[in-house]
Amino acid sequence: MLACDPAKRLSFNQTISNGDLVIVYEKHDSMKAVTASEGSILQNRYGVFKHSDWIGKPFGSKVFSSKGGFVYLLAPTPELWTLVLSHRTQILYIADISFVIMHLEIVPGCLVLESGTGSGSLTTSLARAVAPKGHVYTFDFHEQRAGSARDDFERTGLSSLVSVGVRDIQGEGFPDEFTGTADSVFLDLPQPWLAIPSAAKMLKQDGTFCSFSPCVEQVQRSCEALRTYFTDIRTFEVLLRTYEVREGKMESLHEESNGSNGSLPSKRRQCSDGNYMFSSTISTVMAKPSGEARGHTGYLTFARLKCL
Amino acid sequence: MSETSRVTWEGCSVLLDINDGDRLVFARLSPAAKLKIGNKNCSLQPLIGSPFGTVFQVDGTVLSPAQGNVNSADEIKDGQVNVESRDNRALVDNNTAQSLTGEDIEAMRKQGAKGNEIIEALIANSATFDKKTAFSQEKYRLKKQKKYAPKVLMRRPVARSICEAYFKKYPSKIGFLRVDTLSLLLSMANVSSNSDILVVDMVGGLITGAVAERLGGTGFVCNSYLGKAPYSMDIVRIFNLSDEICKRILRSPISDLLSQKETAEQILQHDDVCNVESQSNDQMCASTSIEEISHLSENGISDPGAKNTEPVTKACKAPKAGEKAQQEVIDLWKKNGFSSLIIAAPELDTWTLVRDLMPLLANSAPFAIYHQYLQPLANCMHNLQLEKMAIGLQISEPWLREYQVLPSRTHPCMQMSAFGGYILSGTKICSSS
Ligand SMILES: C[S@@+](CC[C@H](N)C(=O)[O-])C[C@H]1O[C@@H](n2cnc3c(N)ncnc32)[C@H](O)[C@@H]1O
Repeated sequence: MLACDPAKRLSFNQTISNGDLVIVYEKHDSMKAVTASEGSILQNRYGVFKHSDWIGKPFGSKVFSSKGGFVYLLAPTPELWTLVLSHRTQILYIADISFVIMHLEIVPGCLVLESGTGSGSLTTSLARAVAPKGHVYTFDFHEQRAGSARDDFERTGLSSLVSVGVRDIQGEGFPDEFTGTADSVFLDLPQPWLAIPSAAKMLKQDGTFCSFSPCVEQVQRSCEALRTYFTDIRTFEVLLRTYEVREGKMESLHEESNGSNGSLPSKRRQCSDGNYMFSSTISTVMAKPSGEARGHTGYLTFARLKCL
Repeated sequence: MSETSRVTWEGCSVLLDINDGDRLVFARLSPAAKLKIGNKNCSLQPLIGSPFGTVFQVDGTVLSPAQGNVNSADEIKDGQVNVESRDNRALVDNNTAQSLTGEDIEAMRKQGAKGNEIIEALIANSATFDKKTAFSQEKYRLKKQKKYAPKVLMRRPVARSICEAYFKKYPSKIGFLRVDTLSLLLSMANVSSNSDILVVDMVGGLITGAVAERLGGTGFVCNSYLGKAPYSMDIVRIFNLSDEICKRILRSPISDLLSQKETAEQILQHDDVCNVESQSNDQMCASTSIEEISHLSENGISDPGAKNTEPVTKACKAPKAGEKAQQEVIDLWKKNGFSSLIIAAPELDTWTLVRDLMPLLANSAPFAIYHQYLQPLANCMHNLQLEKMAIGLQISEPWLREYQVLPSRTHPCMQMSAFGGYILSGTKICSSS
């Protein structure tokens, strides 16, 4: 998924090979991750697609099914992955993810600790941010989930950047071997305050911390725990509003004025008072906020380890 | 000594946060650098070699690391403590409460009293202090501390802190780009190591710097411009980018990226432009080795502190970013295509710009376009759809709210930024021809 493998880097000459992970785009709200493999087919409401037709085509291609339906084949990115991954837990979405990485000041080379791994939605973006030389150590106490996440990182080509550990972080804290080595720690746990002393211990001087919690009571308790070790404690909520765009064709009325609006189609109409009005069609591109949106995801609490 | 170092060095750029954000100053550290705080000229020498995140306190003209717990606005903010026996019914607001005069304080100063001692004396001589609620006592103490023992927090100048500082003090310089919006631009354009990112940055270099920070010395950020004069990249120099990273920031006129074949004449022209550019780069370096963002007072003149700050030309060794892209690199970009595109160009027509730049992107490359106004993005999105150039098109508007979290006093902050701009994002597809 990442360009740190030069062979997978996006370019005009980059084509889909056997075994590549492809994001199949039907519509903006309907996408699927598929691994291209010579003898396989993809069947959806648009028909039957033969993978063998995809191989050798560039990413970004439009491909057709036996009955003439079509889909687009896109190169995977962490953003697309978040939209197609299999939800084994609640996950973080683009607005929270982007803000977390920016606010934690994660740059290439950083060492980041995370718990819980969940479905690995955030982890994928963390891996991109620390690449090519940094590393993400992520922990979940759910063995099966950790295993599935590991499989996913293998599939998305991130295994060299991410290690998944099975561990009860609220009970045991992060492993001692990371003491004083982490640039950033991120928690998405039900009782994050239990892991905060350990997070403080793992961080380098001036290291950054973030905890994501859906409920305000969790935030309250976390902030209390943070005050012992941290400063610059700030809590945010970030949301996205999306817009719909369409071209509207509207009729516009005007009184007769000789030939002033050249080529526009005009119709003559008689008004009640007997005068003639002309109408023409005007088209405008209009935008409005979408009617439905996510109203809440969670609160993001950030802090910086106190300088002694 | 690079962007990830935890300790400052001579020649390092820092963000100084004076009295909890009252003043934000970008400075380059050198033994000779001075900064005016209150009415005192303080040497920045003691900051060299200190860890980022250190809080300094001003005593006389000397900056030294603050001892023990420093009062912070964090802890008292607005709102009342619920469990409190005192209230403020007996508090009379007149100017007779303080028996210490200005002369008294000056006299204490002359005898070498420290800022904290002056504050204690002020409290001891205040007739009303004891009657105040704990909350207003703290507020009083903080007010006096700001005046008599100003606090300076030394921060790392990174995309986040730079964007926040500009947004707070000088938003027009960065096209009102809020930090959450910037963070979205970087993810939506899949900025990751080893990629070649095309940017049109008319927001002072903030995007160029933020992209370079994420590339970490791999790939390239191509800062492109229309016409002959490159856009300002002043903000890039505030980041502590290593030489390795600076080398990855290149500039190119859009016409060069689009031209099919170079004529000898064109190549000559470029050389001219190149010379002019490097000259102006050097000049900028000398005059702005210390750059300041401060309150704009009502009449629009920035904090006088800026004028009293001596720029330190000798110590200025801000590495040079933004060399002109050589033909070989341009050829490589043309051959492979850029990995993604970010535009923040309020003064250019969005759709025609996107239409012209789109062919430079590799197929399946994502792009993200920032604008303060919705209409140019709506038009652009509509045209991209009609021309079938891209899919996954979406206009989003981020919304950011900060909270005060305190025991029994948790609520959204009273002030918030109501608008952080719009983003049009999408993915380029192969042309159907
Ligand atoms: C909401 S999910 C995290 C989602 C993740 N941020 C993402 O974007 O995909 C929370 C995870 O924390 C794990 N978890 C809960 N308690 C834990 C503990 N004490 N130690 C480690 N992991 C824990 C759960 O198994 C679950 O997978």
